[in-house]
Amino acid sequence: MRKTATIRLHVNGEEHALAVAVQRTLLEALRYDLMLTGSKQGCDKGDCGACTVLARPLGSRLQAAGFGRGEAILSCITLAADAQDLEITTIEGLATPSGLDPVQRAFADVGALQCGFCQPGMMLSARALLDKCAKPTLPQIQEALSGNLCRCTGYTKIYEAVEVAAGLRSPASRAPVASERAAASDSKAQAVQEIVP
Amino acid sequence: MSVGARFPKVDGAAKADGSGIYADDIAFPRMLHAKILRSPHANARIRGVDVSEALRLTGVVAALTGDELPAKYGVIPWTHDEQALATDHVRFVGDEVACIAATDERTAEEALKLVRVEYEVLRALLSPEDALAHPEIKVNEKAKIGNITKHVNLQFGDVDGAVARAAAVAHEQYEYAGSTHVPIEPHCAVARVDADGNLTVWSSTQIPHYLHRELSRVLGLPPAKVRVIQPLLGGAFGGKSDPFSLEFCVAKLALKTGRPVKILFTREEVFYAHRGRHPMKMDLTVALDEDGRIEAVDNKILIDGGAYASFGLVTAYYAGQLLTGPYRFGTYRFDSYRMYTNKPPCGPKRGHGSVQPRFAFEVALDEAAEKLRIDPIEVRRRNFIGEQVDTINGQRITSNGFLKCLEVVEQASGWRQRRGKLGPGRGLGVAGSMYITGTAYPVYPNEMPQSGVLVKLDRSGRVAIFSGASDIGQGVNTLLCQIAAEELHCDPRDVTVVAADTDLTPVDLGAYSSRVTFMVGLAAREACEKLAAKLHAAGGATFAEACQRAEAAEGAPLAATGGYRTQKLGGDYRGGTIGASPAYSFTAHVAEVWVDEETGIWKVERIWAAHDCGKALNPTLVEGQIEGSVYMGAAEAQMEEMVYDDKGLLFGPSLLDYRIPTSLDTPDLESYIVESNDPNGPYGAKEAGEGPLHPAIPAIANAIHDACGIRIRELPFYPQRVLKLLRARGTARERVA
Repeated sequence: MRKTATIRLHVNGEEHALAVAVQRTLLEALRYDLMLTGSKQGCDKGDCGACTVLARPLGSRLQAAGFGRGEAILSCITLAADAQDLEITTIEGLATPSGLDPVQRAFADVGALQCGFCQPGMMLSARALLDKCAKPTLPQIQEALSGNLCRCTGYTKIYEAVEVAAGLRSPASRAPVASERAAASDSKAQAVQEIVP
Repeated sequence: MSVGARFPKVDGAAKADGSGIYADDIAFPRMLHAKILRSPHANARIRGVDVSEALRLTGVVAALTGDELPAKYGVIPWTHDEQALATDHVRFVGDEVACIAATDERTAEEALKLVRVEYEVLRALLSPEDALAHPEIKVNEKAKIGNITKHVNLQFGDVDGAVARAAAVAHEQYEYAGSTHVPIEPHCAVARVDADGNLTVWSSTQIPHYLHRELSRVLGLPPAKVRVIQPLLGGAFGGKSDPFSLEFCVAKLALKTGRPVKILFTREEVFYAHRGRHPMKMDLTVALDEDGRIEAVDNKILIDGGAYASFGLVTAYYAGQLLTGPYRFGTYRFDSYRMYTNKPPCGPKRGHGSVQPRFAFEVALDEAAEKLRIDPIEVRRRNFIGEQVDTINGQRITSNGFLKCLEVVEQASGWRQRRGKLGPGRGLGVAGSMYITGTAYPVYPNEMPQSGVLVKLDRSGRVAIFSGASDIGQGVNTLLCQIAAEELHCDPRDVTVVAADTDLTPVDLGAYSSRVTFMVGLAAREACEKLAAKLHAAGGATFAEACQRAEAAEGAPLAATGGYRTQKLGGDYRGGTIGASPAYSFTAHVAEVWVDEETGIWKVERIWAAHDCGKALNPTLVEGQIEGSVYMGAAEAQMEEMVYDDKGLLFGPSLLDYRIPTSLDTPDLESYIVESNDPNGPYGAKEAGEGPLHPAIPAIANAIHDACGIRIRELPFYPQRVLKLLRARGTARERVA
């Protein structure tokens, strides 16, 4: 018979009691026990970063002290049982009733999302960075996101999204395209933004 | 104006807040989890498979072996050479043998260890040379002659005469390594059978329609009893455009057990599923006249195909047929062999079949031009094929913005001011390319539209678009909303897209060969135009009011369909239709590299990429396609390679061992959109998803040459290879001195 354990997880401000196999990973508990399917499994070995969640010591006053929701950790190589003394934030916990987190908003606005599969992890790593460093430089962004593999974007628009979320640039401040005809479509875009707020 | 706008993706919020549903996010009560047992041998006869002990394990519900799904399948109807589970022959390490369904995934995995398989191990053929040399050993019985999937030999003009008369000839061997797609989402499929016996399969596929056909055929079910739904897809790049074993296994197990069944591939299994870039060896000659005009191109191509055909029949053609632009060729010949080998099957990775010869050709063009002391950008300009012309192999080019692409990257990179003045170990390189906007013909011959769209208007003012097209992250669902808004003058956010569900949506052939924007775009515009005429006639102060008045006038709900119909295209010779496309995209890149001549370590600092997409229906999405393509091309030059040991075992099938670039490895990417406004594309649009990958690799190779004088002809450009060439160069210099 397999060994099971009863554990308590604190996720997105809620406490859950679960009976799980002792080898259940935090990612499995999130996805399959709590149905928080926003955390993704890309490799199950800690290589790709799609399973990234935020974690800080339970009951910590770090958030009040301006340290945000903690460090980005890999839930696929963390045992659920080992996460009992942590407060976990998943992508589902990033938005508030008043709307998406600025990181989520920026990723959607600037086109940083293509297939979207790496993005929950990517956005949480970005959130962890911005909580620690409100105005990061590009090398700091690149360093902070280097544990999250993206296969669609070449990362370019992801950097833009983080800069937009940090207030370092506006979504419309995309460097102008060189071709004259494309410049025309930029002005068109401007016109549409006026129609579609 | 909605078309041409930087409209945010319609599924952006659902992807941002984690609520979007991908295949593995689907779960049903009583759902079983299944796992597939794979061959440990590269080539072996199966003498017997015994699942009895596995079935006795608590929690195991069902087992499946090859004899229950014996029908052969494959994406191309002429090369059905795969089985969901092998009946008598396994052909690579990782080939599928048996499948076990249990109440949970871990139990299914434990049960695999209890399956007894008796193998008779055979000699494995692991290289295309070996496969040619040993026709008596059959990798795949589908091959008519030896181990050849397909041999193509086409000649246009007197190539040998042109080479003999040429002023400068570059003749060398090139070797392109195999690489794989690595979508971050592993393949996943879920099947369920309803009370009436109808089967539904949710799958991470980019070809729901072809999968629908193959499921019906292999399972022996009428197509009307099978439904395929593609949920959100976590990346594909060509890696999900074949039918795969897991889709047949979940379907059969669901039929067998009456319970929903899911299979999620591990990352290791994704590597075995593969269908990635074919390794190619090329013996290429490029000959120029004294003005630098291309008089002859001659390419002998040996393609390592792996154990199954996949799209390999097409690959053997694409390796030659897609090289004939953006430059005019005086004469041309190619001779390509696609070989079966005992390795995971190769297939269509972004830029299918044409990335490898493009690399070789663009390096050779540079080399030949250098002999004539012609600037690399200038030689490309001089050979420009033009607009509204036929290529030497009979492909019709309509719009062509290649000269503009060259001009843009020349200016953006500071080519004229900076080249040759960057200091030691630094250099600039250029390359160009052409790619299809959809393949002209469906993979199975038929007269029906290749893409269909149904648009329905509600009296509330809500628009519903039913489209069979697969949004695989490229954003076609967003484009459909923009097209509806453009034609109907509605708010694009008031459009619902129902996509890629074979019960509900008209057929689209799938997200492959860069066909989607062009073909679905035309179909959607056609449907919307019909409705726009009725709305215009009805009039109204608001969009909803116009819908109500038009519906009243119609006396029936308002709906219309549109389709993309096959055009007769291509050369008038056997194979002349393969590579034919309704429009071609064009790209130019300049790459800047730095090479440490002491160690061979090099870095691509920046790539400027200009792409002629005809018309950017959404510039943000087009830039995303350009940047993602350039990244993926640079990655192949930098680090990616499928490596096997001498038994055919894939070395390190994980993302730790098979390295893909992180944010720290990716060069600065600058994307530029060039709009040539194609006369036949929707609003002038052509493709953007695959073409921009091609020039990255040769532009980097040419930049390395500019930086330190070596010509690297083998991928990836590992530092040790660069160092070896640097040392050889040093020796040659010493000898001259």
